[in-house]
Amino acid sequence: MSQSYNRGLIEDFGRWKEFSAGMWAWIFHKFTGWMLIGYLFTHIAVLSTSIGGAQGETTMVDGEAVNIYTATLQGLEGLFLVRLLEVGLLAVAVFHILNGLRLLMIDLGVGLDAQDKSFYASLVLTGAITVASVPTFLTGVSV
Amino acid sequence: MSTQQAEPESQEAPKDPEMQGAESPAAEKQKGGGMVDQTSTDASELEGETVHIKVFRYDPEVEAKQEPRFDDFHVPFEKGMTVLDAVMYARDEYDSSLTFRHSCRQAVCGSDAFFVNGKQRLGCKTQIADLEQPVRIEPLPHQEVVKDLVVDMDHFYDQMHTVEPYFQQEDLPDGELEEQRQSRENREKVKMSTRCIWCGACMSSCNIAAGDNEYLGPAAINKAYRFAMDEREDEEIKEHRLRILEQEHGVWRCQTQFSCTEVCPKDIPLTEHIQELKREAVKKNLKFW
Repeated sequence: MSQSYNRGLIEDFGRWKEFSAGMWAWIFHKFTGWMLIGYLFTHIAVLSTSIGGAQGETTMVDGEAVNIYTATLQGLEGLFLVRLLEVGLLAVAVFHILNGLRLLMIDLGVGLDAQDKSFYASLVLTGAITVASVPTFLTGVSV
Repeated sequence: MSTQQAEPESQEAPKDPEMQGAESPAAEKQKGGGMVDQTSTDASELEGETVHIKVFRYDPEVEAKQEPRFDDFHVPFEKGMTVLDAVMYARDEYDSSLTFRHSCRQAVCGSDAFFVNGKQRLGCKTQIADLEQPVRIEPLPHQEVVKDLVVDMDHFYDQMHTVEPYFQQEDLPDGELEEQRQSRENREKVKMSTRCIWCGACMSSCNIAAGDNEYLGPAAINKAYRFAMDEREDEEIKEHRLRILEQEHGVWRCQTQFSCTEVCPKDIPLTEHIQELKREAVKKNLKFW
């Protein structure tokens, strides 16, 4: 046989427009999964200050000694960027939960005909919950 | 992306007198970008018009064609015209070097799976009138192109043969002329899975198969399902089939993207079958008696 032509990366990345609901669901599920794993590390890093905090360790904030755990949390929560990231984190977690339930149903062979509709429903519900959470996350923080 | 974005210079390969047909007023109208953006056309609207198709071209044996490109053809529309009819017209009337596989022209042989307007479809089963113009016709993605629309199917066939796609039964009935009966319920169960025509559309649409060359792929797993679920085969054979399927690159690679189910020209619920085999594999391994 003559040499054959391999179309290379165009096969894999140039075709995103041709993706279907199930493919997007898969990509979003992977992506949110990695995001949650990444968050877990920062989460543990922040919470680890409670070890020092429990032993009475302090740090200086505006000239007074504050418990290191409290200071860390208050410092982070005082940043607008962190509050914004929390909204994103909620969106990521909610989508991962809803799509996870969808995948559970698919694994059990339930409602396979509605797999695309359930993906859209997960997206819409994620959007609604995220929007509804904005006031809670962004009150009392100065930009 | 070179092949995709390179704006083809509308090179109707031969300068046939036939090509004059493409210069009809209707074609001019299309060329002038007068086509309204539409997902489907009313067939009666297309009557007497020409259809604009863009066909992927590549021929390693001709120096001028070693760089892949798209050729444009303007094919006179006829009622009921399929994508296959259009490329056949282009081949017969304009450029005899245009190469593609086809045989039965009625969705049975599975030869003419193309990538039409971003979706794997059978050329003979796809109505031109249902497609947005210009109709972009490419060889199946994720497979190596041999020439024009012909892809190398070897790997696909290898995967199909891996699952031993044939009926295996040791104990034949006693009577010389006695049939091997199957219950109606069991026939219903495997009915859809028997419809596979080995066209490779599902395998080509599967992202996992694209990234994992060892993955059996939806077609092969469906073929295995057809026999594993058939009550006329012995338990031992079923176990043997499940052992093949439950390997790392078997059913567990399926990420339930449903691409295969969406493109299958025979409407086989591939994902459903793969999921059922996953459950079978789990059940088999949970048995401790």
